[in-house]
Amino acid sequence: MALSDLFSLRRRPDTEEGAGSDVPAQPTKALGKFLSSLQSRSQPVLLDLGPVVGSNVTFFGEQLGCKIFVENLFKDVDRHVQEGRLEDLPAWFDQRFSKPDASVDGILSWDLFDYLDKRTGSVVARHLVRLLKPEGALFAMFNASEPRDTDESHYTRFVVVDPTSLQYRPYRALQSRGRVLQNRDITRMFEPLRITDQFLLKSNIREVLFRKASVPAGASPATTA
Amino acid sequence: MWKRDEAVKPAANPTPAAPAPITQPAATVAAPQPMETRPMSRDVVNIGKSVVIKGELAGSEDLTIEGHVEGKIELKDHVLTIGPNGKIKAQVYAKAVIVLGEVTGNVAATEKVDIRDGGSVDGDIISPRVAIAEGAHFRGSVDMQRKAVPTTSASPSQPQAGKSAAPAAVAAH
Repeated sequence: MALSDLFSLRRRPDTEEGAGSDVPAQPTKALGKFLSSLQSRSQPVLLDLGPVVGSNVTFFGEQLGCKIFVENLFKDVDRHVQEGRLEDLPAWFDQRFSKPDASVDGILSWDLFDYLDKRTGSVVARHLVRLLKPEGALFAMFNASEPRDTDESHYTRFVVVDPTSLQYRPYRALQSRGRVLQNRDITRMFEPLRITDQFLLKSNIREVLFRKASVPAGASPATTA
Repeated sequence: MWKRDEAVKPAANPTPAAPAPITQPAATVAAPQPMETRPMSRDVVNIGKSVVIKGELAGSEDLTIEGHVEGKIELKDHVLTIGPNGKIKAQVYAKAVIVLGEVTGNVAATEKVDIRDGGSVDGDIISPRVAIAEGAHFRGSVDMQRKAVPTTSASPSQPQAGKSAAPAAVAAH
């Protein structure tokens, strides 16, 4: 099934999530490329680091045939904030990912890294790089504008409307968005992944698509993971 | 819904058919009173919130659990509903599973798994259809066992990106 066919299968809004159906859809440029990378794989394994969104599970499961792992890391962040143990977060995340190396075809990290300090972000990024299969893709979003003091802390549920648009649905958070990450910091954090596509949207969100290099000829995947 | 009302009227249903027995090969009922099996119209059994079951629970009719169950639940051709008070630590197999309470364990359904607002599942789900409400908690994996969907080619076509409101693109690295 070609990706364009997904338009014909465009989902009706979930009744369970009807409350957010009036949120306007925002354009996305990198998501379609991310979906293309998944579509080229047989029964891809997808790791979603954001809050669970039922319609996304349906979208990725029914239409792309993904096996989806939902690991809401935002919840972990909030719990550590609530318990006043934010300094323990890097160690927590260092033990958090139990999956074997090179076991995931695609990762949706959404805007998670905007809420992590540099040290925690590096730990999470290191594990995501480890989990990704060769030629696997990681879709991330980074805010390009500094948070204002008046902004209330919130996370965002990103609801896939179709391959070119997302709904942003904010919900209350305990952790505030941190400083804006510079492009060079992002690149370094995810090394050795390479950035294949990067878009700055009008909403001041940078969408970045990372890819893991393919296995060199003659090398076994295990040695390159 | 109206069927439920009928069921609670004693005059309308004076001698309800006894529900099919729920087999509990290794079950320990640790409740002060016997399990509440309230027959309703359409053969639905209700396990009340004071009931604790440890072991294997199998049956051939729809079941609503408001109590605690640990072990294994198997309702191959029927609907299992975990009520808002229900707490399950079990492997669950059913035709359809509706979760309003808490489930810890893997859930397999031949038709649908539906996690409603306030419902919670910690475990892996295998089902062709999965619905998760926005207020639900879920941690685990979802395998929807997609039937062989014809794939047209190995090289996927590009989405219609660019037709939408065009954001400023930054040169890719």
